[in-house]
Amino acid sequence: MNPFRRSPFVITATVLVYFFLYAPIVGLILYSFNASRANVTFEGFIPSFSERVVMDGSLVKSSPCGLFHWYCDLAKNDDVIEAAGNTLTIAFTATIIATVIGTMAAISLQRYDFKIKPFSQLSLYIPIVIPEIVMGIGALTLFSQFFGWVNDAFNLSGDARLSLGMTTVTVSHIAFMVPFVTLVVQARLQGFDKSYEEAAMDLGANEWTTFRRVTFPMILPGVLSGALLAFTLSLDDFVITFFTNGPGSTTLPIYVYGLLRRIITPQVNALSTVWILIVFTAVLLLQVIQSREQKQH
Amino acid sequence: MTSEFAVEMRDVVKRFITPEGSEMAAVDHVTMQIKNGEFFSMLGSSGCGKTTSLRMIAGFEWPTEGEVFIEGKPMGHTPPFQRKVNTVFQSYALFQHMSVFQNVAFGLEMEGAAKDEIEKRVKRALEMVQLTGMERRRPKQLSGGQQQRVALARALVKTPDVLLLDEPLGALDLKLRKEMQLELKALQQQLGITFIYVTHDQEEALTMSDRIAVMSKGKVQQMGTPVEIYERPSNKFVADFIGESNFIEGKIKSLSGNEACVFVPSLNAELIGMPISDGLVKGEEVTVCIRPEKIHIAEKNAVNQNMFRATVTNTVYIGVDTKVFVDAHGAKLKVWEQNRISRLDPKSFYTVGQEIWLMLMPENTLVLKKD
Repeated sequence: MNPFRRSPFVITATVLVYFFLYAPIVGLILYSFNASRANVTFEGFIPSFSERVVMDGSLVKSSPCGLFHWYCDLAKNDDVIEAAGNTLTIAFTATIIATVIGTMAAISLQRYDFKIKPFSQLSLYIPIVIPEIVMGIGALTLFSQFFGWVNDAFNLSGDARLSLGMTTVTVSHIAFMVPFVTLVVQARLQGFDKSYEEAAMDLGANEWTTFRRVTFPMILPGVLSGALLAFTLSLDDFVITFFTNGPGSTTLPIYVYGLLRRIITPQVNALSTVWILIVFTAVLLLQVIQSREQKQH
Repeated sequence: MTSEFAVEMRDVVKRFITPEGSEMAAVDHVTMQIKNGEFFSMLGSSGCGKTTSLRMIAGFEWPTEGEVFIEGKPMGHTPPFQRKVNTVFQSYALFQHMSVFQNVAFGLEMEGAAKDEIEKRVKRALEMVQLTGMERRRPKQLSGGQQQRVALARALVKTPDVLLLDEPLGALDLKLRKEMQLELKALQQQLGITFIYVTHDQEEALTMSDRIAVMSKGKVQQMGTPVEIYERPSNKFVADFIGESNFIEGKIKSLSGNEACVFVPSLNAELIGMPISDGLVKGEEVTVCIRPEKIHIAEKNAVNQNMFRATVTNTVYIGVDTKVFVDAHGAKLKVWEQNRISRLDPKSFYTVGQEIWLMLMPENTLVLKKD
């Protein structure tokens, strides 16, 4: 038996790590059931159901949704629905495009030798290590400069004027996702034996059929892990989105930040709880894929 | 069949750029003609160019110079999927995400064969390699030997003119390998397909092949039947690489017809009636080559010709043979003596330091140009 297993240090460290990791989350979820609208202290659960919302000062006495009052409140909030829609639209679009680009980049880096290959490889790490705020400001500068030129050059006016919005956020997300996807897929390709592709061609498959029937299915777990990682990164990205969004492209993180500056109601907690559930599901899925992949190899 | 030769390599050179930037010829002016229906092996240690040659026939590499012909047609830059050859890979390269059936069916699907046709032919191919009932398994669920058979079935189901095999038995254990050697040979004879077999295992090559090309440093050192290669190696490399040999340095003292008298300074003796190959002249430095199992040990000098004294320096008993290491006037020789009699009695062994006589039979020796 491992002599360190029962040592007080290990136990303390474990408890502390779990406490600081999960206590805020547990607290956050708990407060989403708070009866108090002010949501500074926990005033107990919302006790009962009723036809209409009954308030006593800032305390919710009863609600049609009972305990889940703030969740129903959230569902009625059109801004939240719009922000959620924006977040998912951006995340899905950017993930798909970034996964395609990242996978192609990984394959070419793995397979071909070219002069600027060391530079290409290094350039993948730079967006990962550069502070996000720098990338955000950089993207903002780029877009506003470029849009300014185009608007002036073509004398665009009104709706035709290029401005920050869904597209700029999506493009920026793609930009920071591609390196992550590439590195994950590359790791998967590292152990990929070229003879699988040679075997396919030997059996009569041309290059495209070989990719479609053999290479892609074999690297699919890596591509999926890369895509899921990129997706979760996009879902909770705040900094880059903050700099590149515009009217009509508010995402959930931006929206929550906006709420916090005004008033913190348990609605924010309800929103965060739903969000945590979604991200948690995604991470769980990622884990399942990765463990299946490990079993195969 | 349009051509006498299934595959022909005509003066093929393949150069690679090494990571240091210099050029290296992996295959250096190789010419071989492989007949239809032949079991042909390329034998050599790693880096000798055998796998590169095979890959050029398959179409995975293109020659830098020269030309590969399949069924008499020059291949040029024809891609692998347009060549009527199929390969069994060393790593098997079975598609892990497909079942055994799907793996074997893959090549037929690529041909656009009908579904029932595919099913029929896959079934027959799996029968041929004794894997009936394994259709739905994944490659990972099979043993190494079974995976090897799937790889074989996958290539054979295409009914290629030529089957290329790149060390296909390398990953199997010795016993299974020996079984598979005989099975492969039987399969090849039954199907009548040309097999081109790459191996570094000389016993494997000798067991299965009709002809063998012994390769080294990108060149073919010798091409011939197993018997020719073993009994009449054309140079010292082949004599050393295939089986074991004793090499004795000497000088041609006189010539008469196809026989020579070779003076061997280290034995201080003359070897008489040695058969020689063409191109050797009187006074030339030569290497006399003799297999350890072809030296006779005698108690005393009986014939007085091609016999010399030696001292036993070591003996190793290995069951079939006893390996006797001797010192003859400073020349270190090895002699394998078959254990035709029981060696249970210690007296039947040679003892270290014992004086014996060695006898060379002229027909068992080779006189090679010294390199």
